[in-house]
Amino acid sequence: MSTLAPVPQLPLRIRIAMLIRMLAIQGVWNYETMLGNGIAFALEPALKRLPGGKGGEAYRKAMARHSGYFNAHPYLAAVAVGALARAELDGVPEAQIERLRVAAPGPLGSVGDRLVWAGWVPLCSSIALLAFGLGASPLGVVFIFLGSYNVLHLGLRIWGLHAGWAHGLRMAQALGNPLLRQGPAHVARATALLAGIALPVAAQGIIGPGRAVLGGVLAAVTAGAVLVTVLHGRTEGWRLATLVLAAFILYAMVG
Amino acid sequence: MNTTDLVQLLPLVVLGAIFGLDVVSFPQAMISRPIVAATVAGALIGEPDRGLVMGVALEFFALESMPFGASRYPEWGSASVVGGFLFAHAADGTPAAMSLAVLAALVTAGIGGSSMVVLRRWNAFWARQQQQRIARGSGSAVVALQLMGMSSDLIRGGLITLAALLVFVPIHTAAIATTTVSPTMSRAVVVSVASAVGLAAVWKVVRTTTGARWYLLAGLVIGFGLAGRLLA
Repeated sequence: MSTLAPVPQLPLRIRIAMLIRMLAIQGVWNYETMLGNGIAFALEPALKRLPGGKGGEAYRKAMARHSGYFNAHPYLAAVAVGALARAELDGVPEAQIERLRVAAPGPLGSVGDRLVWAGWVPLCSSIALLAFGLGASPLGVVFIFLGSYNVLHLGLRIWGLHAGWAHGLRMAQALGNPLLRQGPAHVARATALLAGIALPVAAQGIIGPGRAVLGGVLAAVTAGAVLVTVLHGRTEGWRLATLVLAAFILYAMVG
Repeated sequence: MNTTDLVQLLPLVVLGAIFGLDVVSFPQAMISRPIVAATVAGALIGEPDRGLVMGVALEFFALESMPFGASRYPEWGSASVVGGFLFAHAADGTPAAMSLAVLAALVTAGIGGSSMVVLRRWNAFWARQQQQRIARGSGSAVVALQLMGMSSDLIRGGLITLAALLVFVPIHTAAIATTTVSPTMSRAVVVSVASAVGLAAVWKVVRTTTGARWYLLAGLVIGFGLAGRLLA
């Protein structure tokens, strides 16, 4: 029977400092190093605990290593930050840390993009749109949106840092979490259902007492949605919308 | 536009800067989403309800943009402040107020998105400038670079908001005076266009998930039924 080695603890103030810095991980996002500098920035409070402290040789080597190219979803990058901090403070050889830095971005990016950008954001938008359509106050709608969104946002960052630290080099195990594996599909179905309900309800909320125009709106929405879907990849819907609205305003002014 | 007007715009510029920063740099808590940003902009001039209506209209468009890595997308934070302010500023029942405000917000969002691309190139330039210090493991260089990027993004959002307000406030006022389209028609056109973009965006997201299209169809049936009851 094997015994698991106890996970060393990182002081709370360092974890909080790393978490706050994680919120700014994309502060200097660019097309060359992407998240790179942000990863070093988030790791820095933990790296000060390396032998020699801040400015020591181990600290400087680690900072140089982690400020290089790194691309992942900004929230799930917390898993990598936790794992890299653990690996550095455990004195793992540089080659193994490099392998972790190369292997981590792909899965962290793809899971995060599907779960958060393609799933959670439209889901929370749909909930807020539905709340508006059902007559919620401005404050209520804002709180519903921000509250629901940030439960997952902050939850992912906190969990990621903890899970990465707990698993260290075996951080791939953390990505086996059912929320990350099954979550995107469930969230996509919930988004589909809620968005389907929310779009017409919110639309009638904007139009207000204008039942006479509802038929025209319905036909225009259907035709427009088909057009935007057909043109997907060639242009974006908001660009087409800009042209249509500009033409309408011109007509309204001249006509 | 005189000095007093500019001073009155200052809180909106600050708001645009903060919401512009939230889009990518800090803290990405989605306070920059139109449904939040336009509502807050409306609330700032005492019209949260009108700000919310504008936020909902713009949120339909924002469903289409997903900030995947290096992709290019409209910047909704400062654009929503502009749209929310313009619509909230116009008196209730003003002809074409909504379509003009949405158009201004869409143009601002497009320009804001381009400004983010420019900033990302500058970030790369500044990173190259600091490369030697960073390669030597300088923690202060890493922190300074991070703060530089965030400060620049904050300023970018503020400048986009200021420029858009300076351009669109007079245009909005002048255009409103010359249009005769009813507010209901203006809202109907905006809703048609926005809903079409929003529906296509949701379809794009869910079509790859098994069974999700049926959930969308079921949702639309329920939604139209509910909307009909609310209108009755």
